[in-house]
Amino acid sequence: MPTDGGAAAPPRSPFLRVEGLAKVYAGSTEPVFERVNFDLVQGEFVCIVGHSGCGKTTILNVLAGLEQASGGHVFMAGREIGGPSLERGVVFQGHALMPWLTVRGNIAFAVRSKWPAWSSAEVDAQVEKYVELVGLGAAIEKKPQALSGGMKQRVGIARAFAIEPKMLLLDEPFGALDALTRGTIQDELLRICAETHQTVFMITHDVDEAILLADRILLMSNGPRAGVAEIVRNTMSRQRQRATLHHDPQYYRIRNHLVDFLVARSKDLSHGRAPALPPVVEPGIEPLPAAASGGTPPNVVRLKERNV
Amino acid sequence: MINAVVRGRLQSAMLSVAILVVLLVVWQFAAAPAASVSSAAVALTPEQIEYQKLLGKDPAATPKNAGFPTLGQLGAAIAKNLAHPFYDNGPNDKGIGIQLGHSLLRVGLGFGLAALVAIPLGFLIGMSPLVYRALDPFIQVLKPISPLAWMPIALYTIKDSSISGIFVIFICSVWPMLINTAFGVSNVRREWLAVARTLEVAPLRKAFLVILPAAAPTILTGMRISMGIAWLVIVAAEMLVGGTGIGYFVWNEWNNLALTNVIFAILVIGIVGMALDMAFARAQKAVSYAD
Repeated sequence: MPTDGGAAAPPRSPFLRVEGLAKVYAGSTEPVFERVNFDLVQGEFVCIVGHSGCGKTTILNVLAGLEQASGGHVFMAGREIGGPSLERGVVFQGHALMPWLTVRGNIAFAVRSKWPAWSSAEVDAQVEKYVELVGLGAAIEKKPQALSGGMKQRVGIARAFAIEPKMLLLDEPFGALDALTRGTIQDELLRICAETHQTVFMITHDVDEAILLADRILLMSNGPRAGVAEIVRNTMSRQRQRATLHHDPQYYRIRNHLVDFLVARSKDLSHGRAPALPPVVEPGIEPLPAAASGGTPPNVVRLKERNV
Repeated sequence: MINAVVRGRLQSAMLSVAILVVLLVVWQFAAAPAASVSSAAVALTPEQIEYQKLLGKDPAATPKNAGFPTLGQLGAAIAKNLAHPFYDNGPNDKGIGIQLGHSLLRVGLGFGLAALVAIPLGFLIGMSPLVYRALDPFIQVLKPISPLAWMPIALYTIKDSSISGIFVIFICSVWPMLINTAFGVSNVRREWLAVARTLEVAPLRKAFLVILPAAAPTILTGMRISMGIAWLVIVAAEMLVGGTGIGYFVWNEWNNLALTNVIFAILVIGIVGMALDMAFARAQKAVSYAD
């Protein structure tokens, strides 16, 4: 977990390593994305941001083992990912709860899949623990149809956490929620991840969400032949909170950097123009005094390149 | 709000009763002239009476056999049939309960066997596009064949009229269940299957705990359609093969020219068919889910 200030490089060896990942869909000549390289260290929260059609969901599905890449490799804890595994929990975009099961039934289904030998008392205890964790104790016997969108997504999160995976994959989990609900669940997710030291890889379209949650933000260029063009290190305090986020001057510098990338640069870096080894930038940190004296406005981005 | 619902239901119930009363009155008036025919017979000359008799229309016969039964005659027949539903006076004279029991047993056996074949096979077809494409031409050709068309082949090969009846029920029930099961299974939401895959759920567990409940409403719809068709077909099949059953009862009473019994049997067929349909509707409701 990067410390406050976060200028130091993560000392641990990568937990998840993505090497030269590429995907060509059947019937298409050009790959959606290619030469995608990045690492995740244990306990790190990484968001991936990019325009629709750049293949974010495909990358996540490859990490989940649900889809095969056309090229490249993904290693988790030194072993190549070849298919779906209980070591990686997935929170789906559309919650994907089974509507004929109650909240308890949905989570128990996952728990029993992970530990088939458990007694029902053990399963119940595990289910209740994680339902409490997302604050849905009162709704445990309800069916998904009786829950609001935010509650359903919480159940999806509880289900993914309940199998105690080594890594969590979230596919735009809050996309369909209203802003207020989204905020609450973001806070909850942040708290749970801090408590469980979970390694998380998450897709989002929401720049603010990425800044709040992520230790590092992967910026993807547009497809076709998209790639991870840049890695933004979030240099804000890990104790950051949604309510006070916007008081930190770093927030605006990072935000502007992300928005500039999405609005202007992501297009120019399509068709394979993104670098194979994305530079790591820290736009949150103030420009060096030498450069600032040159009359540069404070929130102009300074790129600090570094090889991964 | 609730008041309006209750009032609406009451109104529709009253309308139903009114329609029934109108129908019964029309029936009574339509059936009544049959009695006046015999009174007109007084005016006939002996030659004319002789001629009528030669034609099989005995003007002096009691009105019971002469015309369409009146409501009173029907009521008497219903009461008589319901008073002893399980009597058995030899092969051609059994109570309505026994006949109904035979029909329901045949439908139950044929339908049950069809479910045993159609649901697993439908699962296979729904899971595998290869099997689906391979079996589709057979299903498309076999499905539109009237089940009764199988009767000669069934009688020739099985050589038992009762089992042939069961076979005919089997063959007519199998298609809706097969097609609906395959459709339900192949249309299980990708997300649920993805959840099962990420949880490394074993194939059998996935089939029973994910695919079956997800496809259950569609499968039950197929079963409901099948049961409807089976109940239609059993009457015709039993008219053909004879012996026992509600269909045979109808045919036998027609041969006896006991129209009251025929009408009574028709009512029974309708009520039992409705009860079967309602039972499946309830089962359908039990397995359906809202998203």
